[in-house]
Amino acid sequence: MAETYPADHLPAYARSLGITIDRMENDLPVLTVDFGPNVEGRPGAFHGGATAGLLENAGYAALRTVLLRDGRDPVLKPINITVQYLSAGKQKQTYALGRITRLGRRNAILTVEAWQDDRERLIASAVMNILMA
Amino acid sequence: MSETSKSGALGPFDPVQACKFFFRHGHSGWLGLRYSDHGENWVQLELPWREDLLGEPHSSVLASGPIVSLMDMASGMSIWQTSTTFTPIATLDLRVDYQRPARERTSVFGRVECYRSTRSAAFVRGVAHDGDIDDPVAHVAGVFMTIASDPRQKERKDG
Repeated sequence: MAETYPADHLPAYARSLGITIDRMENDLPVLTVDFGPNVEGRPGAFHGGATAGLLENAGYAALRTVLLRDGRDPVLKPINITVQYLSAGKQKQTYALGRITRLGRRNAILTVEAWQDDRERLIASAVMNILMA
Repeated sequence: MSETSKSGALGPFDPVQACKFFFRHGHSGWLGLRYSDHGENWVQLELPWREDLLGEPHSSVLASGPIVSLMDMASGMSIWQTSTTFTPIATLDLRVDYQRPARERTSVFGRVECYRSTRSAAFVRGVAHDGDIDDPVAHVAGVFMTIASDPRQKERKDG
């Protein structure tokens, strides 16, 4: 049984935006946020910034999970994030899950995906580069 | 919105008025974004520091997420400012390179210029800084798509 990701690992920003841990998938946390005024951009659609916030937090949560499992707890410093917007985020619950593409001693590269009711139809994806100090 | 329909025409895009409208509600309203400055092809917005926007449990530094939102919003504004009209656009791709954390308890400013736009795409670049534009917190580059005739316009009326 995979341990769940502790909600208090999420930063203030994530909790304030309404991001929560939905479940674990292949031992990595799936983060979720429901549609609401906090995340709305164009009427009836997710704001690109809110989608990016969910992706970014899912990336950090995935990396943190793997690092803690390895007994590491470094300070994570963002180097960059590139977000691709694939389709409009509608007024629905949205999920995101990060995968670790490369984990080194000093940096990590992550790929993160976000979707709504159809797991196969992504609304956005991101690539993140994170420095570990 | 009703004011514009009364006058019958949308005037040229005005970033000051647009900010008043956009930042009243939704994600940018929740973030507390403010108008800061603009030029012919650029717009600068301000993201005030706030405790519930912090990214790390033991520091007072803003999370990077709100900075992405700030830059996304300033990007859109710069495109409308450059084209002088408000047309629906969608973010295709946005890249943010973080040079350093923003200083504690200070606003972050996002200044973005639209350096090229074609009939269907607009290209932007900009910096996020916390007071001194020559000492940036982050650089941003993005591509937006104009949605001239959105086939989902009917659907949007319901939203």
